[in-house]
Amino acid sequence: MIHLTIDDKSIEVPKGWTLLDACREHGFYIPTLCYHPALEPYGGCRLCMVETSQDGRKPRLVASCVYPCEQGAVIKTNSEMVVRSRRITAELLLASAYNSPEILALGEELGVKEVRYKLPEENDCVLCGLCVRACKEIAGISAISVIQRGIAKKVAAPFQVTSSRCIGCGTCALICPTGAFKFSEISGIHKETLPEPAYRRRYYRVGAELDLRPNFVLDVTALLATPKGEG
Amino acid sequence: MNHLQSIAEFQTWQKTLAAGWDDSKPCLRVCDGTGCRALGSEIVLAGLREEINRSKLDTPIEVIGTGCPGFCECGPLITVYPQRISYQKIKPNDVSEIVSQTLMGGKIIERLLYTDPQTGGHIRLEPDLPFYQKQKRLVLDFNGRIDPTKMEDYIALGGYTSLVKALTTMTPEKIIAEVKASGLRGRGGAGFPTGMKWEMCRTNVLKVGLGYIVCNADEGDPGAFMDRSVIEGNPHSMLEGMLIGAYAMDMHQGFVYIRAEYPLAVENLRIAIRQAEAAGLLGRDILGTGFDFILSVRLGAGAFVCGEESALMASIEGRIGEPRPRPPYPTDSGLWGEPTNINNVETWANIPIILAHGGEEYAKIGTGKSKGTKIFSVVGKINNTGLVEVPMGITLREVIYDVGGGIPNGKKFKAAQLGGPSGGCLPAEHLDAPIDYESLTALGAIMGSGGLVVADEDTCMVDFARYFMTFTQQESCGKCVPCRLGTKAMLATLERICDGKGQPGDVEYLLELGEHVKNSSLCGLGQTAPNPVLSTIRYFRDEYEAHIFDKTCPAKVCKGLINYTVIPEKCTGCLVCLRNCTSNAIIGAKQEVHVINPDLCTRCGVCMNVCKFDAILVN
Repeated sequence: MIHLTIDDKSIEVPKGWTLLDACREHGFYIPTLCYHPALEPYGGCRLCMVETSQDGRKPRLVASCVYPCEQGAVIKTNSEMVVRSRRITAELLLASAYNSPEILALGEELGVKEVRYKLPEENDCVLCGLCVRACKEIAGISAISVIQRGIAKKVAAPFQVTSSRCIGCGTCALICPTGAFKFSEISGIHKETLPEPAYRRRYYRVGAELDLRPNFVLDVTALLATPKGEG
Repeated sequence: MNHLQSIAEFQTWQKTLAAGWDDSKPCLRVCDGTGCRALGSEIVLAGLREEINRSKLDTPIEVIGTGCPGFCECGPLITVYPQRISYQKIKPNDVSEIVSQTLMGGKIIERLLYTDPQTGGHIRLEPDLPFYQKQKRLVLDFNGRIDPTKMEDYIALGGYTSLVKALTTMTPEKIIAEVKASGLRGRGGAGFPTGMKWEMCRTNVLKVGLGYIVCNADEGDPGAFMDRSVIEGNPHSMLEGMLIGAYAMDMHQGFVYIRAEYPLAVENLRIAIRQAEAAGLLGRDILGTGFDFILSVRLGAGAFVCGEESALMASIEGRIGEPRPRPPYPTDSGLWGEPTNINNVETWANIPIILAHGGEEYAKIGTGKSKGTKIFSVVGKINNTGLVEVPMGITLREVIYDVGGGIPNGKKFKAAQLGGPSGGCLPAEHLDAPIDYESLTALGAIMGSGGLVVADEDTCMVDFARYFMTFTQQESCGKCVPCRLGTKAMLATLERICDGKGQPGDVEYLLELGEHVKNSSLCGLGQTAPNPVLSTIRYFRDEYEAHIFDKTCPAKVCKGLINYTVIPEKCTGCLVCLRNCTSNAIIGAKQEVHVINPDLCTRCGVCMNVCKFDAILVN
């Protein structure tokens, strides 16, 4: 067992747990965006940052979703450094997703007062990578990936045409936290070419039943926000 | 070349080669590195060979294409042996003169010699060049002497004897102890103690029975080219280092990850690997000792972030070159989940030297916690652009003024950017700071991989920071929010300031964002990306404020803040500026004072350059 202190509370967790696991198990609130319990952690959104100090080393921020619980670590989930980091991250997210209700709500929750920089083009995709990972790890298909880099990065199927590997299961759209996922662009090809009718029915039904409007997405977001153990 | 079956066979061969190496034999050594090639050394080399063939000398003189000796400013470089006369800035039409005057007539051609800018005198011999005086050349020692495509040259000068020493007389533990004693720290940027990394890696390899060794040759900092020159000029030194490392950590497979933009380095590396394999120094059962090591080359496809170790490993594995969070560190879980040891080219090239001289002897060079030498590529506003290898602890002043020859045109030194886009700048007040890992970090710069960009009084530090920010912003992989959007927001703010649209609060915003990107980014790229901005604000905040509040650019660089005007008293109405203006912004007639229309003017500065009467003013 690993002993550590989170916000002055001494706790004990099994070896191999991440800090996020420990925080959620013990009821410390940590906002996340790119984290999903069914998927491998990604460490991309940087909202789950917590402050760690150990053995007299200078306190530093680590992403709790990927950082392991270490013996004797002293964690702060709400220090000034943590709060500021989360606030600026949310402000940066609003630089591109400036009209997304989910991100606006996130910004409000994390104390964003003003968005000082906005990209010329609005984009609700926050590149959390959930769709890509869900396609690979849940559906086992890997029909989509992220392409390009930096500010030009986006989610796409190979060669940016509708994917021939996509089975139309809709997991990607279901898991998207902002409703930005362009399901029709990725899965369009099924309508013509999927050869096996039964196969197609089985998967396509799942996709067809999806309601891709934001209220559905809101439900998913609410579901994902539920702390571990309460759902 | 025979496939060597035993240590004894190698030693016999080595002795023959060493006996055959003769520095007193007349020959010409021509730099054939990328820098000199860009200046035409290939034509010079071919021309020399042809001319020598044609002139029917009594004893044919060999022309050897070598790696980069470092004095790139004066390329193409030729050294005439045995005297070691150094000829510089050779043009193809100098070739016949060199052959007829120097080779046949034994005369020195004065105009091709180095001219000392202080005394105006000529310096004849390579060892006397001021450029080399304060250098301590360990890693670059053979560059400029050996033909990098000939393994025999390297072996003749003692190459691979460290490997043989390791294989025959040292246990892996002893090698690691030796590396630890040397105090060698990673030359790629972070400066992690190499011996300690090896020890951790060896422990893990012994546990799982498998591991990989990697050479990081994905050098991407703007203006830095030391790794390229080491591989181009002396690829076997790096191979030997990797072989020793593999033996010490009980690993049998390795990769060199090198960027595809280095075609000559890739070519020379592949030649070196083929030769080492053919000679039985690489591959199965090396020199009959039973030790196997298989090395492959992986080419990087042009992403700066792939120099970050976790992204590099993802790229080797064939995945997207994106970093992943650490821990786990590569020594625990690297390539395909196995323990992996990654070191930079220069680090590897230091290993044979450490084993040859012993760790303690090596540790005598340098300062308390920074041992050995470091290669810097000195570029920017400096007289002697090039590669310099200096002992740790040397001051910045010595590197810039003694080795680098000072600032061109008598301008004043303003700052030096150390560590490329991940580093910070040091202003004139820190010229006497020793160059070692700790003091540089304390001053807000980093050792980094060894890029050293010099800025003079004509450099605008806001523009300077903007340049590096543009680079990191373009090279951000985009995986994490602070780096993807934070660098973009920082760049947009800097661009606004340079355009003259800076607002009060911009500096504070840059500081806040910079701290955030540093503290919250996923990998080393983002964690260091704000350094150029933060350090320029730290030392040159007044320049930022001049841009924002006074709407002036003190160095007269930022186009949004300067205007070109004609000084009526000086203008003779010669029409030269008018004819050269690309945007037709200058109005005037012969012998009439010209006028520049600021609305059409693009601030290119051509008028100022062509005016013979200094009649153009920038403000």
